[in-house]
Parts: sequence; structure tokens; C-alpha cells
Amino acid sequence: MAGKILRIEDLKTQFFTSRGVVRAVDGVSLHVDEGETVAVVGESGCGKTMTALSILRLVPDPGRIVGGHIWFRDRDVTTMDAEQVREFRGNDVAMIFQDPMTSLNPVTKVGTQIEEAMTAHERFSPRDALERVIPLLQRVRIPAAERRRQDYPHQFSGGMRQRAMIAMGLANEPQLIIADEPTTALDVTVQAQIVTLLKQLNSELGTAIMLITHNMALVASICTRVIVMYAGRVVEEGPVRQIFKSPQHPYTWSLLRSVPRVDEVRRSRLVSITGMPPDLVRMPPGCKFHPRCAFRVDRCSDDEPALDEVGPNQVARCWVLMRNVPQEAARELEAVTISRDVVEELKATAPDLEDVADGS
Amino acid sequence: MAVEAPAPGASAQPALDPVILRVENVYKHFPVGGIATEVVRAVDGVSLEVRRGETLGLVGESGCGKSTLARLITQLQPATAGQVIFNGEDLTRVSGGRMRRIRRQMQMIFQDPFASLDPRMTVGEIVGEPIDNFGIARGRARQQRIQELLRLVGLNPNFTNRYPHEFSGGQRQRIGIARALAPNPTFIVCDEAVSALDVSIQAQIINLLQDLQREFNLTYLFIAHDLAVVRHLSDRVAVMYLGKVVEVADRNDIYAAPQHPYTRALLSSIPVPDPEVEAGREPILLQGEIPSPVNPPSGCRFHTRCPIAQVPGVCSETEPELEPHGHASQIAACHFAGREIA
Repeated sequence: MAGKILRIEDLKTQFFTSRGVVRAVDGVSLHVDEGETVAVVGESGCGKTMTALSILRLVPDPGRIVGGHIWFRDRDVTTMDAEQVREFRGNDVAMIFQDPMTSLNPVTKVGTQIEEAMTAHERFSPRDALERVIPLLQRVRIPAAERRRQDYPHQFSGGMRQRAMIAMGLANEPQLIIADEPTTALDVTVQAQIVTLLKQLNSELGTAIMLITHNMALVASICTRVIVMYAGRVVEEGPVRQIFKSPQHPYTWSLLRSVPRVDEVRRSRLVSITGMPPDLVRMPPGCKFHPRCAFRVDRCSDDEPALDEVGPNQVARCWVLMRNVPQEAARELEAVTISRDVVEELKATAPDLEDVADGS
Repeated sequence: MAVEAPAPGASAQPALDPVILRVENVYKHFPVGGIATEVVRAVDGVSLEVRRGETLGLVGESGCGKSTLARLITQLQPATAGQVIFNGEDLTRVSGGRMRRIRRQMQMIFQDPFASLDPRMTVGEIVGEPIDNFGIARGRARQQRIQELLRLVGLNPNFTNRYPHEFSGGQRQRIGIARALAPNPTFIVCDEAVSALDVSIQAQIINLLQDLQREFNLTYLFIAHDLAVVRHLSDRVAVMYLGKVVEVADRNDIYAAPQHPYTRALLSSIPVPDPEVEAGREPILLQGEIPSPVNPPSGCRFHTRCPIAQVPGVCSETEPELEPHGHASQIAACHFAGREIA
């Protein structure tokens, strides 16, 4: 087994707002192995992006890391001074964001920006940096790289900008790339190009990839291990094949069944999770998912479960576990959701179509 | 249009035209900048039919013209040319007053539940506006209808005095749906109606749209870029590329046996939430990105990215027509329709 390059221990990142303390990341522990592709999945507000920003010490105001450790090899990122953080961001880890346009400088040529990424961290002399730009652009499959490096970001299409961002990320040969929804803003055919590129970089360069996404299909396509987050915590973790085949946390289970599959003849219904994610200022007691969970038991509402071993290399934070839920109970979730009596009432009082269409 | 003879024993009501909406050779060209010598050919000769009670899915990547087409159908924008025939009436020729009345039957649900609701109106006013505009109900009956619509879409009926900002994205989309349903329409255009929502919320809205369709015999034109969602919701699917429809087929045929190489590439590009399937999936990677709709490529517009195009040759010289290929009622616009991509 490869060594761990990143180890997060009990990370807590909070935002101090007028409404109260927002517990965006609330005791997250996870690791990334060398050369590994690991996904962190969850919906908006689950803390996946804040975990990533914490790793890079980029948590925006009024947020702060208030507890825990982030070990990159043997260095603790949470105690680094400003200069060390800058070095760390430039040399060891790179982050790719969802919207490449907001991450690129609009008034500087793409090639120059990539050169600056190299010279800023003094890994490369200006001459070497200049020489490396074209091979980097070629590596991310930008056609006519000699010419295109002279372009400004607005002259690039969305997919090309994302490639340029990846080239910039690769410039200092990082050991870990954190990709936050790298394909969400792109069209389907362009998404496929970027996904293929990320897979190639991982297998050719051995760069570890931490993919932050809400898209379970993307996880299945790129990653070997998956970490599921909900309400600022890890609720399930394990090898991708195992989790997809046998998810044990009801949230993971629902997430996998709430998305239609393009390769599947229509199921009658999607599983929908009722309600909304919790308010991170006033979290429910017990398991944070229990108000939305169809399989909850009494204990869930006041006693929060720990992340326990539920299979080989698989852990889940749940008192029930899906293997103990009878199939019929699971199927009931696909039942019709609208109320019959409201439908009947509305039909009874609905005005005759032609009356109104011609009469008013 | 041809009206089917009522079956023996059918009720005395006249048989309805099975086609509720017929789009015929519709164009929308936008002038570029001040000098109108160049135009963006956003929609460039589209013909489509939507049958009563069905969901027609319309897919394509950004810039293909699918949202512009939605706006032409609902007459939010005038078409440059062509006809939009709804229940036998050409909407491009009806008067403004007549169109307002037709809108009662033809509603729209938009993508962004944050931008499409007036932030200064309460939920009651938002849902009540179409009820007032179409003179559907007054006083107590009006209030009752608003509350029932809110209950129908899964919102608390006592929230009529709240403002949109007090609701989450999914709830706002429910408000948009309640508003669209308020005048009791027959046809709803959903333009990326679930695209901005988180997956668990997206599933709620998809299920709601399906339930409503069944209960109220609604016809949907469902526009989206997510082909998995479109497959789940639609009976038939139309694929657009650069202002043109390139393929139309029944839901299962288009996925089992796509005839146009663009449809094939699009379908092969979509990852599936199943690691076993993903390990074997080989996407057909298209070269480059969608060309500019100002100067679309000659001949077949897809030839510049097509893996099987004959260039130079028939593909770069002659524009292919939409013709029957593959399964019954499947049509595709390709000189080499159905050919395998090596």
C-alpha cells in the first residue's frame, strides 16, 4: 500500500456570522494515499468544498479553522506561516475550480500566467519556465500550443480554459491535485474530454487526485475510493465498487438512487430524500441525517453514531445500516408523493378551459 | 390536420388532434452588434411535433438553440420565420390579446428559481397573479386555489405571505411550478427546470413533475442538457446541434440505437453511477468544441467534429435532411446515419 500524502484529523472549520456559528466542517478525518484518486461527495453545504479550501488554507472570511490537523506528509498545514503556506500551495498541492474564468487573470496571456505560476515559487528560472509552457499545454491537449499560449483567457473556450487551469496546476509537479467540480460548468462532450485528461494525468504522472463533486457518475468514472459527507461530517467511506454495490448509510443509498441513469430503461420513480439539509447553525441532535431519514429508529434522534467499520475498508456513521433495512421498506420510498385529495379538489374547482380562453 | 375518426363507442366529444404543438421550419436569427450584416443563427430551421399527453425531451449542449426554441414556442420572442402551431392555431400570427389567452394553456417553468421569481412579491401574489390575469377566481375561491396549489407542490399553504428569499432553491422551484399550474394549463415548457438543483432535491422535483403530468394530463416539452434526466422523463427525445434538430426518436430507441454520430458521441460521453460499467465505457471523444453559430460549417454542421464525416465530400458540401432511419418513427439528419464509429 502506498503511503499517505495527506491526513486530516478531526478538522473543524467554522464561520462566525451574525446568525451564529456555522459549523461548515465539523470533525472531519480523512486521508489521501500517494497516486490515489479519491472522491469527496455530497450536496451543497455538506462541507466538501470547505474541507478542500481548509487544506489549502483558503477559507474565506469570516471563516476559520478552529480545530484539528491537516498533515501533508509530516508537516501540519494548520500551523504553517504565510510563507510556508504559499510554498505549499505552489509546490505540493494544486487546486482546480469549477469556473476557470474566475480563476484566470483576464488581462494576462495564458502562457505568461503559467510561467508566473512556475517562477513565483522559484522552482524554475524564467528561461526554464518559458520552455516548459508549451509541453505543459501539449500535455493537457491544447491544440496549436505554440500559438495558443499567446492568447488571452477570453479567447479560450470553457473547456480550453479548464485545460489551461490544469496546465497551471501541473506546472510545479504537485503530488496532489484537488479538483472542485472541475466539469460541472462544461458541456457533456467537453466534460468527457476533461475527465479523460484527469485520468491520464493520474496514470501517467502518478499525481493523486481528490475530486470534490456531487456527481456520483463522475465518482464511478474517475475514483477508486469515495468519502461521503453530510452536514460537515464524513458519513460513509470506502472503495468505490463496494460503496456503489452495497452502500450502508441511508444517505449514500438515497444519493445513489436519486439520480437517473442514462443506460437504464426507466425506473418508475426516483428515490427522493424528503426535506432539506440541516441548518449548520442549529444542527439537529443525534444523527444529523435523522430528520430526513426514512429508516430512522428512536436512538437516531438523540445519539450521534460514530464512523464504524461496516465491511472491508468500509466505514459508516449509522445505527441502522442499509443491510438491516427490509427491501419492501426501501421500495416504499418510491411511492407517489402528491396528495390525492388536493388533486381531486383542484380538478373539481378548475375552470373550464375554453370558457376562460375565449370569454375574458 | 388529420383528425382520427373516433373509435366506435367513444364519447360524443370530438376527437382531439393527437399533435398539440407543431413547430414548422422555425428560424431565429439575432443580429450581431450594430451592423446587421452578420447574424447568430440560434435556431436555423427546426421542425418538431409534440403529442398530447407526452413528454418530448429536447437535449443539446450550450448554444445549440434549445432555450431560444423554447422562447419562440411560447412567443416570448418572435421567430424570424416559420410557424408555431398550437392546437391548430399559428401563434406567430395571432393577436396579442389572443396570445394572452392562449398562454393560459401554455405555461413555462424556468431554470433559475432565484431569477425567475419577483423578489418583491409574496408567494401568494406570485401564484395569484396568473389566477387574476386569466380571471380564474376571486376572493375566497382565489385564496383557496392558491393554498391548494401550494399544497399540491408540497409547500405549506400558510406560507402565502412569505417572500421568495425565505425559501430554498428546491422550494422556489416548487413555487414556480405552482404558478405555472395556476391557470390549469395543458402544455408546459420546462427549460432546464431541474438543472440548478442538488441531486436529492432534483429527484423530488422530477417525481413531482411526473405525478402532476399523470394527474392533470399535462404535455411537457422538457428541455435539458442532462441526458439521463431527459431519458427518465421523456417519451420521445429530440437532439439539437448548432440550431438544428439532428435526431428524433422514442426514448429507448435513441439510447439503444442512436443513428446520428452526434447523438452517439453525446450518449457515450455521459458517465454512469456504476463503477463496473464505467470501467468498460469508452467515450467517443469529439474534437474541439461547438463552432460559432454566426458562421456554421458548410454542409452538415457537425462535419468539423464528426468522427465519420467524408471531408471533403458529401458531408462538407450537402446539408443532410431529417429522414427516417433505424426504428419506426426515428429520424436523423446524417448522410451516414446508423454507421458504427470505429
